[in-house]
Amino acid sequence: MSARTTRVLRMAVVLAAALEASSASALDKGAAAPAFDLPGKDGTVQLAKYQGKLVYVDFWASWCGPCRQSFPWMNEMQARYGAKGLQVVGVNLDAKTDDARRFLAETPARFTIAFDSAGTTPRAYGIKGMPSSVLIGPDGKVLYEHAGFKEADRAELEQVIKKALGGAQ
Amino acid sequence: MKALVLIAPALLALAGCATVQPWEKGKLARPEMTFGGDKLETRYADHIYTSREASSGGAGVGGGGCGCN
Repeated sequence: MSARTTRVLRMAVVLAAALEASSASALDKGAAAPAFDLPGKDGTVQLAKYQGKLVYVDFWASWCGPCRQSFPWMNEMQARYGAKGLQVVGVNLDAKTDDARRFLAETPARFTIAFDSAGTTPRAYGIKGMPSSVLIGPDGKVLYEHAGFKEADRAELEQVIKKALGGAQ
Repeated sequence: MKALVLIAPALLALAGCATVQPWEKGKLARPEMTFGGDKLETRYADHIYTSREASSGGAGVGGGGCGCN
C-alpha cells in the first residue's frame, strides 16, 4: 500500500468517525435528566418545575402510529396516578407545530404538552425510536427508559410507574 | 492530482449521507414514500417474506415511522 493510499484511507476513517459522533447516545439510568424549557399548549413547560414529582416524559409526533396508540394510555395514567404524584409530559417533535395541533384536536391529551420542533430535547436525551419515554424520579434522575409503544407494553409500563410511586413515599 | 481524483468522489458520496434522527422521519413516514401501491398487498407480501427470511423490516418505515420495530 503506498503512503498516499494510506493517507486517503486515514482521512476516510476520520470523516466516518466524525459522522458517527453526530449521533447522540442514550442516557444512563441514574443520570440527571437534561433540563428543558419549551413552549407548551398552555404556557411554557419547564422540567425543573416538576421536581419532587415522578415525571413521565414522552417524545411523540403526529405522523407516528404507535404514538397515537399511546395517548389514551397516557390519559389513563395521568388520571389514575396524577394525585399520587405522577406528571405526564408529552414533548411533540413535529417539524411543523400545526401538524401537532391538528393531531391534538382529534386525539385529546389530558396531560402537559410541550412543542420542540427543533429537536434539541430528543438529542439531549439520545432518543433512538418513536415514541420514546423517559421516567424521571422526584430527584430529577432517570429511572427508566422505553422505546416504542405496543398494546403489550401497557401493563409493564404501568408496573414501572406504580413501583416508582411506591418507592417515592 | 491523483489524491484529488480519489478524494473528490469520496466527498461527493459523503455529501449524500445524512443521519436522519428518529424524530425527523415525518416525511419518510408518508405512505407515498413506500414502493408498494396497495397497503394490504404490501403487508401481506411483507408477512410472507418475514416468515421465509427470518428477518423483517426494510419495506418502509415500520409501524407508521416510529423506527422501533
